[in-house]
Amino acid sequence: MHTRTLSELAQALQTGETTSEALTRETLERIRAHDDNYNSFVTVAEERALEQARAADQARADGNAGPLTGIPFAHKDIFCTEDLLTTCGSHMLDNFAPPYNSTVAQKLDDAGAVCVGKANMDEFAMGSSNETSYFGPVTNPWGEGLVPGGSSGGSAAAVAARLVPAATATDTGGSIRQPAALCGLTGLKPTYGRISRYGIIAFASSLDQAGTLTHDARDAALMLNTMAGFDPKDSTSLDREVPDYTDNLESDLGGLRIGLPKEYFSDTLSPEMAEQVRNAISEYEKLGATVKEISLPHSHLAVAAYYVIAPAEASANLSRFDGVRYGHRCENPQDLNDLYLRSRSEGFGEEVKRRILVGTYALSAGFFDAYYLKAQKVRRLIQQDFTDAFSEVDLIMGPTSPSPAFAQGDKTDDPINMYLEDVFTIASNLAGLPAMSIPGGMVNDLPVGLQIIGNYFDEARMLNAAHRFQQVTDWHQQVAPNSV
Amino acid sequence: MSISRDKIEQVAWLARIQLEESDKEALENKLSDILSMVGQLQAADTDGITPMAHPLDATQRLRPDEVTETNQRERFQAVAPETQDGLYLVPRVVE
Repeated sequence: MHTRTLSELAQALQTGETTSEALTRETLERIRAHDDNYNSFVTVAEERALEQARAADQARADGNAGPLTGIPFAHKDIFCTEDLLTTCGSHMLDNFAPPYNSTVAQKLDDAGAVCVGKANMDEFAMGSSNETSYFGPVTNPWGEGLVPGGSSGGSAAAVAARLVPAATATDTGGSIRQPAALCGLTGLKPTYGRISRYGIIAFASSLDQAGTLTHDARDAALMLNTMAGFDPKDSTSLDREVPDYTDNLESDLGGLRIGLPKEYFSDTLSPEMAEQVRNAISEYEKLGATVKEISLPHSHLAVAAYYVIAPAEASANLSRFDGVRYGHRCENPQDLNDLYLRSRSEGFGEEVKRRILVGTYALSAGFFDAYYLKAQKVRRLIQQDFTDAFSEVDLIMGPTSPSPAFAQGDKTDDPINMYLEDVFTIASNLAGLPAMSIPGGMVNDLPVGLQIIGNYFDEARMLNAAHRFQQVTDWHQQVAPNSV
Repeated sequence: MSISRDKIEQVAWLARIQLEESDKEALENKLSDILSMVGQLQAADTDGITPMAHPLDATQRLRPDEVTETNQRERFQAVAPETQDGLYLVPRVVE
């Protein structure tokens, strides 16, 4: 069963080939037996999952089953799950069992999906290699000692290792798409505001967006059908109708206009990577699409704007961790400042502290205009680039990451180099646009991601393009050598 | 662009982050690198550009001023490090 996609498992449940309880038991056994190889889970929720599985089987018997009913999956450990440990990859929250569900967790519960556990991640989603987690690094099933990408590295490794068919994830600057690229998966970051942020531990609120990691576009569409929608509990949620994202998967791509940003094929991309991406795009021409070069002239400013805006918002969001209401508290605080200082300094890891300091600096008196306000203006310029591009093309394509999976330890001492992992993904977060990564080739026997960026609320068209590509290629079916 | 030791210490205090003496030099270098990188922004021509806060320029919604939540103080305080009589405990602030 573990080699099947989410859609295939849904089919097996529907025909009675298996039950959710049997599937969930098998999933839990495989995690128990093999996750030491990857460290992709922080928490495995055995009892809770089995209860959910039995309830799902009952719902099916009662005629109340939907496509996700009884399907085992993992939540990134950033989604609050009621009474189930939610650490955000941090010592700060290693004792935190939330008293409420995030909207995403609630929707998936209501759909009858079975959460088997919480996936490892970079601490507070700050990282591109899953090496900043308090719970240790995650290993990519594509090779011993390789990073899975980040921050949703546990979610990606768990799916690539075939421990679960799907996982939730979040993407602030590439945290769904870059791990999808490095692990050979389909990663979907919808339009900002498409999925509720309520109950997702906040990193950079104007950029954070939830999404999915799956093997293919059909599975992503099924997950998005359940996760998307307006939520009055999220003040930035957008009130738009949610279409059935599986409806247009098969649509013909004849006449589809694809733009390739020339800035994404510059020196930052190795010739081998560029070749793979171009080969993938030539498949689209065979499918009837037209391809033209476009320009996103402010691309080179995206990383700089991001590393002002994201740390600034993070420094404000993370000020809530004060050792008073929840989370880590230091021993024997001498006074209130000692309580704050030691609780925060003990609770946060190095990268998180660094970003808090950068953000605090950027927001401090005398620097706000030069950094934060300037970055917000550049953000507008980057958005305008995309608006101009989408007047000529329907989708934008290019590489997801500059290179395939790299070795653990390679970039940990060089933050800037690590930040450049997201050089191609950050701009769509700044603009709030939906974007995906799908497996599009191989370099040195490692997966290469093809990035697809769509216009606002155009997820259906992106999924259609991804699905049609996956019907004529088999990159998404390649099995990681160290999967089980 | 580099950042001075004094400035780092001041910012760390604002953020209530305690720095180890032995970490300060490495931090000074890494923060200076990051600030140099973001310094590229200064070269961008942004005259007349409105700062962008929400990608779709959404504004805060208003809702009727009605009670929608029930009081769950005990449940919420169950995850707190230290409480007493429904209050969060901190070291004495007022002598």
